[in-house]
Formats: sequence, structure tokens, C-alpha cells
Amino acid sequence: MSEILVLVEHVDGDVKKVTLELLTLARSLGTPAAVWAGPGYSDAAKAKLAEHGADKIYVADAEEIIGYVVAPKAELLAKLVADKAPAGVLIAATAEGKEVAGRLAVKTDSGVITDAVGLGEGFVADQSIFGGGVNVRSRVTKGTPIVAVRPNSIAPVAAAGAGAEEKVEVALSDAARAARIVERVKQEKGARPELTEAAIVVSGGRGVGSGDNFAIIEKLADSLGAAVGASRAATDAGWYPHQFQVGQTGKTVSPQLYIASGISGAIQHRAGMQTSKTIVVINKDAEAPIFEIADYGVVGDLFQVVPQLTDEIEKRK
Amino acid sequence: MNIVVCVKQVPDTATERKLRSDDKTLDREAADGVVNELDEYAVEEALKLKEAHGGEVTVLTMGPGKATETIRKVLAMGADKAVHLSDDALHGSDALSTSYAMAQALKKIGFDLVVLGSESTDARTGVLAAMLAERLGVPQLTLANKVEVNGSAIAVQRLTDYGYDKVEASLPAVVSVVEKINEPRYPSFKGIMAAKKKPVETLGVADAEISADQVGLANAWSEVVDFAVAPPRAAGTVVKDEGDGGAKIAEFLASKKFV
Ligand SMILES: Cc1cc2nc3c(=O)[nH]c(=O)nc-3n(C[C@H](O)[C@H](O)[C@H](O)COP(=O)(O)OP(=O)(O)OC[C@H]3O[C@@H](n4cnc5c(N)ncnc54)[C@H](O)[C@@H]3O)c2cc1C
Ligand SMILES: Nc1ncnc2c1ncn2[C@@H]1O[C@H](COP(=O)(O)O)[C@@H](O)[C@H]1O
Repeated sequence: MSEILVLVEHVDGDVKKVTLELLTLARSLGTPAAVWAGPGYSDAAKAKLAEHGADKIYVADAEEIIGYVVAPKAELLAKLVADKAPAGVLIAATAEGKEVAGRLAVKTDSGVITDAVGLGEGFVADQSIFGGGVNVRSRVTKGTPIVAVRPNSIAPVAAAGAGAEEKVEVALSDAARAARIVERVKQEKGARPELTEAAIVVSGGRGVGSGDNFAIIEKLADSLGAAVGASRAATDAGWYPHQFQVGQTGKTVSPQLYIASGISGAIQHRAGMQTSKTIVVINKDAEAPIFEIADYGVVGDLFQVVPQLTDEIEKRK
Repeated sequence: MNIVVCVKQVPDTATERKLRSDDKTLDREAADGVVNELDEYAVEEALKLKEAHGGEVTVLTMGPGKATETIRKVLAMGADKAVHLSDDALHGSDALSTSYAMAQALKKIGFDLVVLGSESTDARTGVLAAMLAERLGVPQLTLANKVEVNGSAIAVQRLTDYGYDKVEASLPAVVSVVEKINEPRYPSFKGIMAAKKKPVETLGVADAEISADQVGLANAWSEVVDFAVAPPRAAGTVVKDEGDGGAKIAEFLASKKFV
């Protein structure tokens, strides 16, 4: 069976969950080959990739690869596409992942599909468009299929792979070195799971009323081991940092459970969360459009309902 | 500075959007066309840069004849002139062909800086800026929430999952901006009147030296196999809080094994 390249997402040397999901998907279509780009590769990373079916691991751990915006990763993948002739390339559909996919598509003269929520035989991808109104199946018709898959589209399943390592050197072109990253500013993330990867997301909107009040959203999140999200109204007001914004111009999340408090459910917010499996809503306005997509909704004051919910969850533990 | 801002006309997100049953492309006739909201931030940033550094702002739009409405609005906001890339041969172009066609047009127009929005609200691919940088061989400074130009040097803050990166490069370059970067201006009455006299050049594929066999539905790199209107989510349960709303949700979560 032919190889399927999976670009590994990693933070501080740790392989992210979405990569395990992509390896799981790749196994149903061919032989997964993980591609590690940038420093931080370790035995622990290798073990995790192999446990999830990576038959090969291409390791390009030169510091340089993360010193410039996007282009080096695309160059690395293009080289592997040329050398290994894989059946396809899977990349996480994060903002940066999609950009890598886009540049790779141009370099390899291949089609690209972004934001797939499923992938089947023949690399036919499922997509959910127009804020969830239409389901589309699409596929690449020229070149090597490049598919950016949304985190949480499938559950990762372990299955041992050989994990054979192969070092890869890339001589970056001048064009790939054109946009230099001179500083990385990390804003505090805390101990909560990452927003796009979390099984449960608890979000607050304008109804929360202030940055301080977000503490009640955080408490609920912590009782469930969830990530915290926010509507644009809340991030624009400075109540919560921008990287927690859910929606069209924020993160797209697809958790098992999404709890929205004080969020009206504008189309731009829904675009980022409507593929959540279960949706729970707390809003004092019974007419709020978010109720249309709720599996369970309470019309009420979030300052009453949310703390009570947190207490009830703690009691049940 | 010669700035080109790429603006797309999209169906209003507030209206029902559809795919055409005949060729499975977006039905642009069914919905009102509006300026892609996220491109208004690109226009604002382009105008600010022009105000600070001088030069000219050209709007580039690829789309059907109807897209002239979008061009007029951007000219009314203050752009100096427009190029409308429009040709029946372009209908149904995917991201690969759109980026190719736009890159050809940009080479013809000439630029120091190309500014885009972060995403179009209809296609939502968010790849065009990266593809243009690749095709044009210029630095990619995308997802910026701050842009500074100093002579031929450009620096941006690129939003990331963990915060932001400070990125530096030299012009010419491609930039995309996020909606946190500024507050787009409204066209003034004077602006609207002035826009009527601003030059709009229409380019067809031949004018922009675009090979017709690289664009349009028949030559796309990807295809829609089929599509269906999503079945509505099964109606959920909505209850009024009678002082036990939190407890009721906890019960629901327990029934679903979340707690
Ligand atoms: C180009 C563009 C991009 C956008 N991108 C995004 C995006 O990525 N993400 C996003 O979220 N939005 C986005 N928006 C904004 C979007 O249109 C809405 O304005 C936004 O989602 C509203 O946030 P909200 O629901 O928190 O606020 P509101 O719409 O003001 O809703 C607040 C809700 O809280 C309820 N409420 C108030 N007090 C209480 C209380 N005590 N208890 C219970 N309920 C209460 C109210 O009934 C109301 O329904 C975008 C808009 C544009 C134009
Ligand atoms: N047809 C088009 N004409 C002009 N600009 C476009 C067009 N399509 C996309 N763009 C630009 O590319 C950005 C990203 O679009 P997309 O990759 O389609 O999500 C948009 O915000 C626009 O600035």
C-alpha cells in the first residue's frame, strides 16, 4: 500500500492529539508516514507516533524549519512528495496547517481540500459548509491529494506501526527564508486542554458581562476538564484573549460537548462550533438563535444556572 | 507605495446560501452580494498605510460582472482605482486556479504590497494569501494583527495558536490581516460621489495572460462529488429555569455520560 504523509503537529516536543487522529485516518487509506518538522523530536514522540500506526517517521529537525513563516514546512513536504510519491498528504486544518497545505498544493501542482470533517476511500472528503447548512463531498482531481482535516473529526485509535526513522535534510530556498520569525510571544494557556483538541468546550459571550465574571465559566470548564472558549463579543471587549475566540474568525471546534452561556448564536459564531456533537445552551432570551441548534437548552440567567450546574457536577463526582 | 488590496464579493452570510444543482458551484445569483466582511479590514489597513506612506491603493476583485458593486464600495471607502478580473472562463475556479489567475493579474498590475483578508466567508479556505506568496515568490506575512512599514522593511505580528509571532521581511510582500487589526471606515457621501469617477479596468483572461486551460470549473484541481442540504439538527429540549436549570443540565449531561 502506498504511503500517506501526515504532518505532525507538536508543541514543546509533545505530539498533539490531532496528529493521532490523522494517523488513524491515514491507516484506513494506506500506510501512514509521519513527517516531523522542526526541533524537539524525541524517543517519546517516536513512541507515540509508532503506537498510532506510523510505519515511517521522516524527521527534519533542523531549527531553521521553524524560523520562517510556513514556507519551509511546505518545502519539506514537497521534497517528500517528489521523493516518496505518497498517495496523499494529511495536514491538520489549523490556520497555519491550511497555509502549509496551500503552498504545498502550488508547489506540487496538486489539488487541496481544506476543513475536511471526514475522509473516505479515494480521498473523498466530507465538508460542512455555509455555517453547517450544506454537506459536501469533494475530492482532488489533479496531482497528489492534499487534505487539511479538522481536529476532532474522528477518535484516535492506537495500532502499532514500525516507526522506522529516516532523517531528512532540506536545503531551504531563498524564497522560503523570506519572512523571518524574529520573536515568538507565548500568551499564557494554563492547565486547560487546548481549545481545538478538547472533548468539551465551555464558552461565554457578551452575557457574561466582564472579564472577572469569566471566572464562573472557567469554574464550570474545570469541573468538566474542558477548554474555555469565547464569542467575538467577549474577545473584542477584552474579557478573554483572542486565541480563545470560537467562530468564523476564531477557532473552529468540533468537541463532543459544547456549552454556550450568554451567546446569542450569530452565524459567525455557529460557523466555528456547529459540528459539535452535543450542544447545551444557557441564555436568558428564549428567542436567541443558538437555541435552534441546542440539544439541551435552559432559558435563564447564567449567573444562576452556571454556578448551580458546576455544583451539581462536583456533587456527582 | 503601490498597494493592491484583494477583495471578494460573497453572498451575504445573513441570507440562505446555496450550491447550484447544475454544476455544484456557489449560486451567486440566489443571494445578495456583499463585500466579504473580512476584506473590509484589509481595505482599511491598505488605506492607513497609504495615508502614512503615500502611494496608491488599487482594488483587485475576481468575480462576475455583479462584483462591480463591491468595487464601488471599496472605491467609496477611499481606494484610488480598481482592476476587475472577470471572464466567463473563470467561473468555477478553485483555490489553485484562483490563485494562479490573481497572481497573473498582480504581475500585470505591479505592487509593493498585496493585502488580503484572512478568509472569504463563502469558500472559507483561508489559503489564498499563502498561495499568492508562493506563486509570486515574495514573503508571506499572513494573519497579521499589526503591520508596520519602514522604507522597504515590513514587520507584522502574526497571530498564532499560542499568542503571536513577530515577523520581518522586505517589500514586495503579501499580507493578510485579521479582524482585530482595525475598525473599517464607512464610505462617506463625498467618497460615494468620488467613487463614480474613479477608474475601473476590466481584465479578461487574455488581458492578464492567464492560460484558459488552467482556470474554470473544467480545469479545477478539485471537484465537488455531491452535496446535500444538511438535515436539521434534531430539535432539542428547551426548558425555562425554575430555579433548577443547572441541576437539569447536570442530569442531561449525566444521561449522556459526560459526568
Ligand atoms: C466578519 C465577522 C467575523 C466574525 N467572527 C466571529 C467569530 O469568529 N466568533 C464569534 O463569536 N463572532 C464573530 N462575529 C460576531 C458575531 O456576528 C456576533 O456579533 C457575536 O458572535 C456576538 O457575540 P455574543 O453572542 O456573545 O453577543 P450577543 O449577540 O450580544 O449575545 C449575548 C447573549 O447573551 C444573552 N445574555 C445576556 N445576559 C445574560 C445572562 N445574564 N444570562 C444568560 N444569558 C444572557 C443575551 O440574551 C444574548 O443572547 C463576527 C462578525 C463579523 C462581521
Ligand atoms: N475572487 C477573489 N477576488 C479577490 N480577492 C479574493 C478572491 N477570493 C479570495 N480573495 C482574497 O483572499 C482572501 C482569502 O480567501 P480564501 O482563501 O478564499 O478564504 C480573502 O479575504 C480575499 O482578500
